[in-house]
Amino acid sequence: MKKFLLAASMLLPTLALAEDKLDTGDTAWMMMSTALVLLMTPAGLALFYGGMTRAKNILNTYAMVMGAFVVAFVVWIIAGYSIAFGTAEGGMNAVIGGFSNIMLEGIKWTDLSGSYPTYVFVAFQGTFAAITVAIASGSVIERLKFSTWIVFVALWVLIVYAPITHMVWGGGYLFDEGALDFAGGTVVHMNGGLAGLVLAIMLGRRAGYAKTAMKPVSIILTAVGAALLWFGWYGFNGGSAFGANAIAGLAVLTTTVATAAGGITWMLIEWFVYKKPTLLGIASGIVAGLVAITPAAGFVSIGGALFIGAIGSAVGYFGVAIMKKKLGYDDSLDAFGIHFLAGLWGAIATGIFALNDKDLLWDGPLKESGDRMGQLMVQFESVIVVGLITLIGTVVVYFIASAITGGGRVDEETESMGLDEASHGERGFNL
Amino acid sequence: MKKIETVIKPFKLEDVKDALAEIGITGMTVSEVKGYGRQKGHSELYRGAEYVVDFLPKVKMEIVVNDDQVEQVNNTIIEAARTGKIGDGKIFVSNIEHVVRIRTGETDIEAI
Repeated sequence: MKKFLLAASMLLPTLALAEDKLDTGDTAWMMMSTALVLLMTPAGLALFYGGMTRAKNILNTYAMVMGAFVVAFVVWIIAGYSIAFGTAEGGMNAVIGGFSNIMLEGIKWTDLSGSYPTYVFVAFQGTFAAITVAIASGSVIERLKFSTWIVFVALWVLIVYAPITHMVWGGGYLFDEGALDFAGGTVVHMNGGLAGLVLAIMLGRRAGYAKTAMKPVSIILTAVGAALLWFGWYGFNGGSAFGANAIAGLAVLTTTVATAAGGITWMLIEWFVYKKPTLLGIASGIVAGLVAITPAAGFVSIGGALFIGAIGSAVGYFGVAIMKKKLGYDDSLDAFGIHFLAGLWGAIATGIFALNDKDLLWDGPLKESGDRMGQLMVQFESVIVVGLITLIGTVVVYFIASAITGGGRVDEETESMGLDEASHGERGFNL
Repeated sequence: MKKIETVIKPFKLEDVKDALAEIGITGMTVSEVKGYGRQKGHSELYRGAEYVVDFLPKVKMEIVVNDDQVEQVNNTIIEAARTGKIGDGKIFVSNIEHVVRIRTGETDIEAI
């Protein structure tokens, strides 16, 4: 992403002409990657979450994820893209990209982002915005009102996601500081996971949480969802090389090996601790591995990726099986435990394991002077800045969404009956 | 006439049914049930959250026979359903007062 932006920001017309030539291979890969990332939300994440939900709420959970995608994408076109990837005047550009590209104003179908059409870039990035907010839904299923969720999604993409994206990828403050985030460890996973936790705490726990058994409707659906997420992640990480090139190739292999290591790690921990390796554990480890390698995918060695995935999975396990129990919050499907914590680990680990290779690195302390400590400090800074914006922004957006829709939580009767019938008038299974 | 109700492990259903067919039992009613006895429940594990499941899935068979067949049927069920491990199930025998075959109006022994 940085490479494209630097090229685009060089306003010299001759240079721009030399850079901007459509490459059919790059264009094909970016369109394919867009489709792959799309698949992750209304199929991958929706099944992953839906399978872990109780039978009376599976349809609502699926609808929250699919609903998040359709709303977020339209909002992205209307204003999200402009705020994230536009360029604002003066100091404002450190935080947001301004409003000059509202409704993609000023962008023609023939315009290029480096070697492929800008419209493809807009679509590709829109799928990232959508999955980020959809991740947060996992923390608040079975009790958040659907209307509140839809309003929340629309506002959150504009108020939280787009500014963070601008700061990290779109030429804002953290971009200038030199933060390394290949495909969204901070922007997507920490962001979505923390938003989930904030919502879970503000909404409160589900009725009967920790007292009654809340059994997942089908771990098989969850496992299929994890597999589809993994499949789509080749677009997520491979596509974040912004071309059909050797960096994309590196990202494809690091993504696979880290994810496999994540699956093994979680499986082994459960085998030792509970004497049984669960399929839900393997699927959870796979997702934790995917999350952990995301910020690092195009920067690290294959060995580094193996390590990042394995530790990412252990960190996720800690968040889900130990920390959540101790602290007592109801992060229902562990958006925080897995996405935030493994994303946090990945963002820091990127500073530790990034290869000192100028062809891979983005501009930052490590590339400019080989200063790894300095790079690590920038990684910490990006984690803290993103965390604070997510925290404050999510609280604000939730209060607005809740006020507009008359309270964010469903009534007791709806909660006990299940949101499928009470809120949607449908059932997930008519057996 | 006696009714023999037996609660057995679900995977033994086919074995028991076949064994009863061999000794000439021509009809039965089967339902999927849940329950527990000495076996108690078991626990299920989801991401470190352990849920104790008290009720285990079982199959209940109901067979109505003539008094003189009871012992043979019981022995057949025991032989087919036994694994020797806890949770093999039970057999309950009770009296039946009256039986009618709806189609023909036959009663009692003729109706079994």
